[in-house]
Amino acid sequence: MAVVDQQSGDSVKTSADSQSQGAKTTWFERVPAIYWLLALVLLIMPVMASDFALYQIFGWSFILGMIALSLMFLAGYGGMVSIVQMTIAALAGYMLAIIGDSAITEISLGWPWWISIPLALLIAMIFGTLTGALAVRTDGIYTIMITLAIASAFFYFTRQNYVLFNGFSGFNGVLAPNLFGIDWRNPVPFYYLTLFWATVSYLVVLYISRAPFGLALQGVRDNARRMAALGYNVNAHRIAAYTFAALIAGLGGILLTWQSTQISPGTAGIGPVIDILVIAVIGGMTRPIGPFIGAFIYVILKTFAIDILVSLGLSGDRFQLLIGLCFLLIVFFSPDGILGLWDRMRAYQKRDPLRDQMGEAP
Amino acid sequence: MNAPTTVAERLSASGTANALELRGISKLFGALVALSDITISVHPGERRAVLGSNGAGKTTLFNCITGDFLPSSGTVRFFGEDITTFPAHERIRRGLRRTYQISQLFAGLSVFDNIYLACRGVSQNRFSLRRPGKDDALMASAEDLVRVVHLDEAKDTLVSELSYGQQRQLEIAMALSGAPRFILFDEPAAGLSPTERSELIEILVGLPDHMGFIIIEHDMDVALRVSESVTMMHNGRIFKEGKPAEIEEDPEVQALYLGGGDG
Repeated sequence: MAVVDQQSGDSVKTSADSQSQGAKTTWFERVPAIYWLLALVLLIMPVMASDFALYQIFGWSFILGMIALSLMFLAGYGGMVSIVQMTIAALAGYMLAIIGDSAITEISLGWPWWISIPLALLIAMIFGTLTGALAVRTDGIYTIMITLAIASAFFYFTRQNYVLFNGFSGFNGVLAPNLFGIDWRNPVPFYYLTLFWATVSYLVVLYISRAPFGLALQGVRDNARRMAALGYNVNAHRIAAYTFAALIAGLGGILLTWQSTQISPGTAGIGPVIDILVIAVIGGMTRPIGPFIGAFIYVILKTFAIDILVSLGLSGDRFQLLIGLCFLLIVFFSPDGILGLWDRMRAYQKRDPLRDQMGEAP
Repeated sequence: MNAPTTVAERLSASGTANALELRGISKLFGALVALSDITISVHPGERRAVLGSNGAGKTTLFNCITGDFLPSSGTVRFFGEDITTFPAHERIRRGLRRTYQISQLFAGLSVFDNIYLACRGVSQNRFSLRRPGKDDALMASAEDLVRVVHLDEAKDTLVSELSYGQQRQLEIAMALSGAPRFILFDEPAAGLSPTERSELIEILVGLPDHMGFIIIEHDMDVALRVSESVTMMHNGRIFKEGKPAEIEEDPEVQALYLGGGDG
């Protein structure tokens, strides 16, 4: 019994929290102090950080984190590795540019934001659902292959289609609407905009993970056959997970398009599409915070790799090599990403030397 | 879509039909004949044991009934309804349940979450995005099931950390979720200690009268104590049917099953 107690103490806390302890402690007492600290630091960040850091480092991290979060939801809870999440984000961006405003006035319809944004998200969700309907019939490596195939098809299609997607150059001049008299393109408003939506996505995923839908999804991940024998339509649950993930990816895609004010085939090229997988893996896919950690590391590396190389007297052209090496190191030392590293460190600190020694004694 | 919800409604809706009626069920795996022309009728509330040596086709029969795979030929009727080609989840929603010979549980979730999932699977709002509150009816019924199978103390334990016996108990709890009308138990006593066996018998005997079941069991003690009729299977065919006492004394059965054979 002692062994069971010790091991399960941490991992089952979530379910125990929401049920038995719910009456005794309020919700904000149950959030660890480090999360409050992180929230405070993020809120007052504009006081400390430069415009460049706010816009390019944090804004970009939050956006990529959201897109990787949609993958984490599918892969971590549903056991489905989808390569198509960046493609869905790009599709939402494209739809925003086509339905809303851009510099390419001969294609863009110029409809107001309250039509273009919901419509872009809706189309992204339909696309995600259709992709899911195709992909859920496969497993493991085949899911990866089929979603990769869809992602490549989308990339080449947008590059060659000029009627709707404006081919190679895509759309520029896609600006965030001037809502509430604020220019959201300014670094500080944009920082808070991305922080807000990243936080909302994070909390929603966290919440749903313990709701019937999320629990059922984890059940499907662990044992699909048993889920069917419990009355669940397994494929319907998987497809619904794709739909939900597409909403988060779509939101990320819209923010990404505003951040760079343009959308083009390169946004969802094979490289960026796989980068989302890399972000999710190095961050860790066991909890929704992982993708944001991964995105932050990715953005830092991507932004400063050239400077590091140049300062070492090397050619800046090789920055991809440096990024690749860093990822290799992380994955080598912790296959389950930074989250896995963190969990092992916590377990090591919590270790009770006395009990361990007694356990080892014959 | 409006399935009857209470047991009484279901019983009246089912009329006089048999709980389970298999007609000419065959299952081929390539050239291997796993089941051949199985015809069984089980009336509502009946408790039937299926005996037979390894490879007799008992678990294959279960898989055909629950829809884990489809029979090559024949029909399956559940309370009068032809469910031969229904997907597994549709059969479960109609009140059919099963346990597995090798526990099929959600290792990454707690005992309570496993049972809660089982309760949710046979009720509404499977896709609900709202977390269940404290007054959620399903939470209460899940709590009850935890108690029925004596897992109160392990409620928040991860399934991967349960003992073998506890996992078997959890299997049974999950089959009892919702309002089962008929349950298939696949060797529930396998690997249990004598104490756990008698607890299991207690649970099976204590099931409500309307709840029929088929139990596959190698342990004759368990099988004959909980069942009122027995079907003997051999090489994918029905070999004998009868009352437990008749089967036990049948010389052919003794030669085949009790007297060594290939089992």
